[in-house]
Amino acid sequence: MSGEKQDFFDKPDNIRKMLRVFYGICILLFALDFVIHRHTEFRWEGLPGFYPVYGFVGCVILVFAAKWMRTFLMRPEDYYDKRELTDFNADSGDSLSAQAPSSAQVKPQLSGGHDHV
Amino acid sequence: MFEVAPFIPFFVAAVLGLLLRGWLRAAVFIAVPVLGLANLWLLGTSSASIEFGHYSILDFNLLLFKADKLSLLFGYLFHIAALISVIYALHVRDTLQQVASMLYAGSALGAVFAGDLLTLFIFWELLALTSVFLVWARRSGRAYVAGLRYFTLHILSGLLLLGGIIFYAQTHGSLEFGPIGLDGTAYGWMIFLAFGIKCAFPFFHNWLTDAYPESTPTGTVFLSAFTTKVAVYALARSYPGTELLVYIGATMACFPIFYAVIENDLRRVLAYSLINQLGFMVVGIGIGTSLAINGAVAHAFNDVIFKGLLFMSMGAVLHVTGKINGSELGGLYKKMPKTTVLCIIGAASISAFPLFSGFVSKSMVMSAAIKNGHDWVWLILLFASAGVFHHAGIKIPYFAFFAHDAKLPAREPPVNMLLAMSIAAALCLTIGIYPQALYSLLPYETPYTPYDVTHVLTQLQLLFFSALAFVWLNLRHLYPPELPSVNLDVEWIYRRLVPDAMRALFNRLFALDDRLRSAAVGGVERLVEGVASHHRADGVMARNWLTGSMVAGVVMLLGVYLVLGWV
Repeated sequence: MSGEKQDFFDKPDNIRKMLRVFYGICILLFALDFVIHRHTEFRWEGLPGFYPVYGFVGCVILVFAAKWMRTFLMRPEDYYDKRELTDFNADSGDSLSAQAPSSAQVKPQLSGGHDHV
Repeated sequence: MFEVAPFIPFFVAAVLGLLLRGWLRAAVFIAVPVLGLANLWLLGTSSASIEFGHYSILDFNLLLFKADKLSLLFGYLFHIAALISVIYALHVRDTLQQVASMLYAGSALGAVFAGDLLTLFIFWELLALTSVFLVWARRSGRAYVAGLRYFTLHILSGLLLLGGIIFYAQTHGSLEFGPIGLDGTAYGWMIFLAFGIKCAFPFFHNWLTDAYPESTPTGTVFLSAFTTKVAVYALARSYPGTELLVYIGATMACFPIFYAVIENDLRRVLAYSLINQLGFMVVGIGIGTSLAINGAVAHAFNDVIFKGLLFMSMGAVLHVTGKINGSELGGLYKKMPKTTVLCIIGAASISAFPLFSGFVSKSMVMSAAIKNGHDWVWLILLFASAGVFHHAGIKIPYFAFFAHDAKLPAREPPVNMLLAMSIAAALCLTIGIYPQALYSLLPYETPYTPYDVTHVLTQLQLLFFSALAFVWLNLRHLYPPELPSVNLDVEWIYRRLVPDAMRALFNRLFALDDRLRSAAVGGVERLVEGVASHHRADGVMARNWLTGSMVAGVVMLLGVYLVLGWV
């Protein structure tokens, strides 16, 4: 992870190389489970691949659950502000107004991410 | 070595901060935590238990300074945290912030070395009173209302504590700050709840995610270090081995990571992740064995430093770009390479990568959980560990410094900020590589070796496959995008539901009042109308009477008299 080289991450080639190294490490770590004898204290812990599978599945579930939570928890950015700051601004004038944009409408877009790596 | 309570130099420095400016103030502010730490170190190594500063209020004998290994560890920690935060804030010209932060750090030290409950209460309230100015120092409308809510909850915590102390004193006749426990007594629960509010227990956690991200870039760094850790210390002193804490802690470790994944304000992501880390400490205190308590306080120590480092790196981003939302940031590694590297060190530490500080303390709590038969709790903590890496370890650096290039004008932050972050990063690495330095300060003598093949391998597997999940989700465009939004949490109850309900109730009351008033006015009007109607032109009272009928009346009256006289 070196952030010091200028524009290193702008080249898709570099990204592809890094990802390949990363996948390699993942495979190696998984394979080590069959080679190294781990001392275990928990009944499922001894299963080969317990930690990799738990980590991967756990995170995927985490992300999907969080996305699902957005469907009923997400509100526009000024949801609280538009009411809470009305009184405040009436008292103190514009110099202290909130930085929140007044009418940022949020449409629940639940698919698609940032431009990925 | 001086027998002076550690908070006093901080309070004196705060007063000097009002008078001094420029490098002189900077020198005083840096000297106080450095010399204070040296003095405390000498005090701590001189004898096993130290106490001084006796005073009395009413009939109670109170004690300003009482130290054992537990409080000394937090004392060292708070001095280090104060030093790092002071350096980070050296460029700030705002006297209010500078003074408030010194008073705040001093209050935390006062609370940790309080020898009795009443002294604890005084510093407990001072913590709230001094820290709220760090929130207000942002001087925005949002910060103002968030600060008010923050202050209200902390005062509530203080009142509960005071109530609990009164009942405790009635029962025990003393104010000793020691194990209290939850054995069905009212004071036990009141004090527990008071500590719980400050420790951000579920349902009471929103003051943290509400107020911390609204503070100034430097204020948040101070805030993240002290309040919650004082609560952890108080719980460790008064409620070790309380089983309820295990389940509370597991909940705290788990639920915030879901919020952290969808939160847009990166400092709010860190606030949620702060609750998640507190969860590990609370579980450790709840288990209560010497390994678990050691793990909890060791993790508190590391957390202050790596969470401080992360808050500092995000503070630097906010300071430089004026933006902190993930949806507006990205690509900053080109212009802020040093900050990026320092942030990644913090991220690796909180994710508990081997050789970083989180690794050597988090595992103590997890290992204690499984040794004491809390299998499900262990599984939850393992999930939380993977989740931490996901939101704090990857999301924070990724969306701030990498992801799509937002092409923001940026540069490295001021040199004092970089220096403070470097000190924190160095500590993260030092403790990670040489954990014995920290272990020797822990309250109990329990041998523990974090670095063995199994532990390193399993942790690396967990983390790398969590990262693999992130990469896969991102490549498939399944990762939730950063959206400018508000996510509802428990705070909705007191920020929306109750105000709305009150508004509806008052509207109803006003309507009822309106109707009653108009009914009453209508009644009076009808009465006046009725009376008036008899006096109008054709009314009974306005009629003319004939003189003749009057004479007839008089004759009849005289007749009646005559009859009466006859009888």
